[in-house]
Amino acid sequence: MLSESDIGAIVLTLKLAGTTTALLLVLGTPLAWWLARTQSRWKNPVAVVVALPLVLPPTVLGFYLLLLMGPNGPVGKLTQALGIGLLPFSFTGLVVASVLYSMPFVVQPLQNAFEAVHESLLEAAATLRASPLDTFRHVVLPLARSGFATAAILGFAHTVGEFGVVLMVGGNIPNETRVMSVQIYDHVEALRYDNAHWLAASMVLFSLVVLWALYSKRAPGAFRV
Amino acid sequence: MSDAGLHAQLALAFDKFSLQVDLQLPRSGFTVLFGRSGCGKTTLLRCLAGLQRAQGTLRWKDTLWQDERHFVPTHLRPLSYVFQEPRLFPHLDVKGNLEFGFRRVPGNERRIRMEEAIQWLGVESLLQQRPESLSGGQRQRVAIARALLTSPQILLMDEPLASLDLDSKLDILPYLEKLRSHLDIPVIYVTHAPDEMARLAEHLVLMENGRVRAQGQLNDLLTHIDLPLLHQLDASAVINVTVDHHDPHYHLSHVAVPGGFLTVAYNELPAGSRSRVRILARDVSIALEPTHHSSISNCLPCCIIDISEDRDPARVIVRLNLGGEVILSRITRRSVDMLGLHPGQLVYAQIKAVALMN
Amino acid sequence: MRIRVLTSQLVLLAGLTFSAVAVHADEVLVAVAANFIAPMEQIAAQFAKDTGHQAVLSSGATGAIYAKITNGAPFGVFLSADDKTPARLAKENHADATTDFTYAIGKLVLWSADAAKVDAAGKVLAAGQYKHVAIANPETAPYGKAAVEVMTKLNLYDQIKPKLVTGENIGQTFQFISTGNAQIGFVALSQVYKDGKITQGSAWLVPADYYSPIRQNAILLKRGNDNAAAKALMEYLKSAPANQIIESFGYAICFPSC
Repeated sequence: MLSESDIGAIVLTLKLAGTTTALLLVLGTPLAWWLARTQSRWKNPVAVVVALPLVLPPTVLGFYLLLLMGPNGPVGKLTQALGIGLLPFSFTGLVVASVLYSMPFVVQPLQNAFEAVHESLLEAAATLRASPLDTFRHVVLPLARSGFATAAILGFAHTVGEFGVVLMVGGNIPNETRVMSVQIYDHVEALRYDNAHWLAASMVLFSLVVLWALYSKRAPGAFRV
Repeated sequence: MSDAGLHAQLALAFDKFSLQVDLQLPRSGFTVLFGRSGCGKTTLLRCLAGLQRAQGTLRWKDTLWQDERHFVPTHLRPLSYVFQEPRLFPHLDVKGNLEFGFRRVPGNERRIRMEEAIQWLGVESLLQQRPESLSGGQRQRVAIARALLTSPQILLMDEPLASLDLDSKLDILPYLEKLRSHLDIPVIYVTHAPDEMARLAEHLVLMENGRVRAQGQLNDLLTHIDLPLLHQLDASAVINVTVDHHDPHYHLSHVAVPGGFLTVAYNELPAGSRSRVRILARDVSIALEPTHHSSISNCLPCCIIDISEDRDPARVIVRLNLGGEVILSRITRRSVDMLGLHPGQLVYAQIKAVALMN
Repeated sequence: MRIRVLTSQLVLLAGLTFSAVAVHADEVLVAVAANFIAPMEQIAAQFAKDTGHQAVLSSGATGAIYAKITNGAPFGVFLSADDKTPARLAKENHADATTDFTYAIGKLVLWSADAAKVDAAGKVLAAGQYKHVAIANPETAPYGKAAVEVMTKLNLYDQIKPKLVTGENIGQTFQFISTGNAQIGFVALSQVYKDGKITQGSAWLVPADYYSPIRQNAILLKRGNDNAAAKALMEYLKSAPANQIIESFGYAICFPSC
């Protein structure tokens, strides 16, 4: 059965994934919009950086984050100067790391959805007295709805499944940074296979539900209101 | 010209094309920007709307829309725009599309009511439908109604019929003509189709290679000796007429023109209403005497203004003064010599075919 | 296909390749706990020179190696990071209990990347001038368990506990400290020791009687029973050349007895 610390890990994981997803939707939307519309020469460099977590091994990303957010890293110096303190071994640090790590899974579906909204509709909205923000709110958002759903599901699921980055910057502190994937790893390492099975089974179940939701979202007639 | 509506001094350069115009357009009436594809008329219209940014100055009446330092974005200009494709919002039904612009105009600035626009463009039965279920012509009618519902001070239309099949075009043209008589706002209408230009234009701007070649009253330009319109295959004159009376027995109608009366196909316009006829140069022949023994019933006295060479060496274009309006006649050079035609001569124009344009 | 050169980069690749081909009589596939891979590379090279046998190394976490062995991985010899896992393998009939022996004893140090932080007597631990203390997971890593024993013995465990951050293994624990995110922590001497000296930062070598010995045991696996190279390697690990290498990496020797 699930132990108390297992349940703590599950709650923490859901809290981390929820916070990360919410932040990513807020940050990722303007970024994805910019990527979808800009003709700046910075477009490709920025897109590459966003996509980097797709190819970097998570432990590598985690290690660099540990360096960057540490007392001698630029981010660490900044957070200390701001009075926030150091981010590693804290929930906030995990959120920052997860935001970076899951970024492409949110930004890319949003970017695709935004690119599918044709420029001609934005022009039409402008000739109908809609400001750019108004147009975004009332034309782009409704047309990109399924993109938002995909982005949110992928971002959430990917954060739940993340292990390497959390392992590197988390420090495995109960109820603070010990998430499900780390807990499962601990069980396996300690040869507590029973506990590992229970937790892993709940994760598999969760993944099935998420993927099922994702695939039914992709059903034909992509456009619905 | 202090009573100009739109005053544009704009320049825009691309790789192989440059736009350079200095244009003043009237405060009211239907202005057609006419020219062949690629002459820059759509680009000019987009610059007027602020959808594209050119260098220079642009004024609407007393308001500055653009100069070196200022640029009023499209959504703050009191205009609306009908695109070549309808560009309806796919996530809204027809009613939602119509309300989109309508809702964004403050109540006290609305001069066109929802019911009015719906009725003018005949879209009552479509309100609950989705754009994808409409025909091309229906969509464009919705788009026009949607544009009108922002109660614009000026309406810009970019080849609104170009993407439609012939049936849909014929479906929409009457609505456009209705707008011309109902609306007191200026319309700037881009087209490369001579028949649309002839039917709709009051004021005509002729564009060539990104420049304004000429502008003025429609018939002045159509019949201008130095302009290429005179030598088009379908060179024609467009003159205003007043419906005089109908002849149900022969199913004909009689309309008054400056120099007399014309017989046209039966129509349902009430007597006294104003309309226009387009008279193609190739449909006008010239006689020295009024002909009574001909199947051509339209024969009007007029005076030869001048005779000029045409693109075909066998033919000439004769400009005729019909009670103050100019009409064109395309006849052979041989006929000119045989009849001894010369400027100032009084002749009779036999008009083979003529139709009211609405 | 022949595997000749043993370098750390090739170990994993070589191991994978090896499992796909027939085992030569004079080659043995060795599973090595990750913390011992560097000394083992040197030993394997010396072993090849002295005996002509080839030892092909595959490193990983002890728990992961256990899972591989019990699921049929073709290892002949296992060098564990603890003494429990070899015993368990023997009990479960995957290895020969009579061959189980301690090839090295780990030494625990309290270490900081800051050269002035840790004093030679380890008083820094009681002073509390730090935000985080890094240790390896005490449930899974022997060095983590030893660290907890040390803190308990010093009556500091309850006081330090809220400041503990836990690495999954001592490699990760070392990273926490070396990047400065944890100001001090317990790591293996072998991680910060080279040629008789602490290589960087400052350290307190924890007295051996503060914690139970961190025995790293080796055992001959079932698959190595009929393998001459496997048996030869088990003996070689007890030889003077091997012991010298092991000590130079900061481990104590326990053979013939301790």
